[in-house]
Amino acid sequence: MSSTFDTVADIIAETADIPREDVTPESHAIDDLGIDSLAFLDIAFAIDKAFGIKLPLEQWTQEVNEGKAPAEEYFVLKNLVARIDELVAAKS
Amino acid sequence: MRLEYFQMIDAVTALDAQAKTIAASSVVPAQSPVFEGHFPGHPLVPGVLLTETMAQASGYLILALTGFTHMPFLMAVDKARFRDFVGPGAELEVKAALEHEGSGYAATKAKIVSDGKTICDAQLRFRTMPFPAGLDEQMRAQARRIGLTEAVR
Repeated sequence: MSSTFDTVADIIAETADIPREDVTPESHAIDDLGIDSLAFLDIAFAIDKAFGIKLPLEQWTQEVNEGKAPAEEYFVLKNLVARIDELVAAKS
Repeated sequence: MRLEYFQMIDAVTALDAQAKTIAASSVVPAQSPVFEGHFPGHPLVPGVLLTETMAQASGYLILALTGFTHMPFLMAVDKARFRDFVGPGAELEVKAALEHEGSGYAATKAKIVSDGKTICDAQLRFRTMPFPAGLDEQMRAQARRIGLTEAVR
């Protein structure tokens, strides 16, 4: 898996106190790892800092709540990593 | 400062929208029931209230920079350090800087200085949410009371 995934997995393991080996590309941050909304904001802060981006969490939440996107689109880690890579690419 | 009412900021003394910083002043009251317990015969402002003071300065900064669109609620306190004591009558300078404005949250660094000495500092994070009903106007009234509204102009 990519270095982006490794960075994100390290952040999740440290921030949410989850064993690193439990964090896989297929993990759903909420359903599998039990990360709540407050902890996810901590993780978002660490990701924003690590990659120099701004995860559009409010937009994602709105899309999920309105049924415009499945939660898996943003909260399964391999998909989250893809979104991060897109944001990093858009920055440069 | 009215400790019992959690009115920790007396006045905004400077707001720099470009630098994303705020400075405010507060004077610790000469008397307060808080001092009866903390501590008997040796009055000191509790660290939690100093933290609240830094949080309120940060919160007013976020409100000003975001145009009062969202309410900041304290969600994390990191690296808080309480370096010296302050008691009744102390004049406090409260400073805060926005470190990062995320989506749905904001991060600040804040400190309190008194008589040229750093009293405390911390890194704070806030969840930013739409105002609960009625709180918008309450916060605007507080902002007017401390001169934030004037400082924004």
